Amino acid sequence: MKTLSHIQITPSVTIMNEKVISNSGINGIYREFIGDYPKFFKMDPLCKLGVVAAELLLKDRVAEEKENASIILFNRNGSLITDRKYQKTISDENYFPSPALFVYTLANIVTGEIAIRNKIYGETSFYILSHQDEDVMDEVVKNTFLTSNPSFILTGWVDYDDEEHYLADMKLVNQL
Amino acid sequence: MGSVIITKIADNIISPLGVTSDENFEAILSNETGLKNQEGTFGVPEPFFASLFDRKEMSGLFEKEIGSNCDLTFFEKLCILSAKKAIEECNLSPSESNVLFILSTTKGNIECLEDSLSDNRCYLAESAYRIAKHFGNGNIPLVVSNACISGVCAQIAAVRELIGGRYRYAVVVGGDVLSKFIVSGFQSFKALSPVQCKPYDKDRIGLNLGEAAGTIILEAKTTPGTDGWEYVSSSIHNDANHISGPSRTGEGSFRVLNDILQDVNMEEVGFVNVHGTSTVYNDEMESIALHRANMDQVPINGLKGYYGHTLGAAGIIETILSMKAIENGVVLPTKGFDTIGTTYKVNISNRIRKTDKSAFIKILSGFGGSNAGISYMKGGEL
Repeated sequence: MKTLSHIQITPSVTIMNEKVISNSGINGIYREFIGDYPKFFKMDPLCKLGVVAAELLLKDRVAEEKENASIILFNRNGSLITDRKYQKTISDENYFPSPALFVYTLANIVTGEIAIRNKIYGETSFYILSHQDEDVMDEVVKNTFLTSNPSFILTGWVDYDDEEHYLADMKLVNQL
Repeated sequence: MGSVIITKIADNIISPLGVTSDENFEAILSNETGLKNQEGTFGVPEPFFASLFDRKEMSGLFEKEIGSNCDLTFFEKLCILSAKKAIEECNLSPSESNVLFILSTTKGNIECLEDSLSDNRCYLAESAYRIAKHFGNGNIPLVVSNACISGVCAQIAAVRELIGGRYRYAVVVGGDVLSKFIVSGFQSFKALSPVQCKPYDKDRIGLNLGEAAGTIILEAKTTPGTDGWEYVSSSIHNDANHISGPSRTGEGSFRVLNDILQDVNMEEVGFVNVHGTSTVYNDEMESIALHRANMDQVPINGLKGYYGHTLGAAGIIETILSMKAIENGVVLPTKGFDTIGTTYKVNISNRIRKTDKSAFIKILSGFGGSNAGISYMKGGEL
């Protein structure tokens, strides 16, 4: 596998291909580099994180290439950030289940949001691991090329604990 | 890659209809369903129609089969019991380093959030670890959490890991249990039918939820001409359209079928086992995808009328039942279906039909715009 580009986003620093490009977190990156996707504000934090990371990684890729790309992401928390918010809407005392929250209580929704934004019709897959295990993740991604033929794979770790603790460590790879 | 053959060596289904694959298959042939009206269950204010385990009966079974002295949740015990029965069927040594455990689930122990919003039992990897550890397996288990398509994606993940060569056996376990969290969410979405679901029918108004666990054990073999079930093809595609609504053109599902038909001759396909949730939009979308793939004439069937939508288990138990059907020369009925209610008049029936074909295709679609399909073919003698 060959890495075509790499991004790391934390609350304090964003590094793209080994260069610091921002210090302003998810919303700052959205304002600085995107700014024209109102749907962003409807998303849950995990999706926002994945979508801004994908945006920067994919900005020089042409449509034909993106159409046949795959998205394979990993994390530890799944969608727990939104699961906890949804849980609060269904307590016995205050029962108003929110469909707008419920739709984000699935880990793989972030892969769908990235696919919609970038018109990616290839595979979208989400795996949960106990920690960011590069060996396991690389094996899964490498093996994906054995039964499918994507133009490239958008992959990596995207995990959101809270505003002070999140990490997108994502890359584009192709078979080589 | 060319010389590796992926074969199914064991399976199990645990559902309200039975605790083995055979019991479940027989129950369907007898037209049984686990679906019934539930009132006050899980503290959900509105009644709902679902297929649920009898918790008391199950805990007796767990105690007998896996012991009582273990710090495991209902969900984890269910998955362990299913895996155990499949492992015993093929005499696998589950602690060997060439065995990988893969867990397919959407929400795992999510009901733990009711007790504490920071309960670490809600982490899906923790459940997978406990399941693998129960069998003495030390490899890092994979958790596939791809919404409703997880059960097929987990099989695809297993196929890839086996072809990749690091493992020889994959124990693919899928399960979900229902809770206030899941039922209230689907209700808030107006996705549930208050009565028995009617896949593909003109009067369908929504889905029913259900509980189940299933296990498929796959083995990578290098010698050709094996008996039994062989993996043939698979595909996953996104609609790139909407996170909660199926594509109006069936785009992702069509691409899945189209990919699989590159590897599988349509003449050999006995049936397509569809997702068939009985929501207006899902079944319409699937009929469009089938039509676009020129599969209007191929028999299709859906099993949600027996089990409801079993989330992370669905792709696994529906694959196993499709294998049983081909082995018995039948296309299983679609319970709840009566009169076609999709734009394209696909080939669906509420009766048992005969088939002499040796392959089938299993498809699923789900939240996040995701679609998946897998095909297996029966080789040699069974």
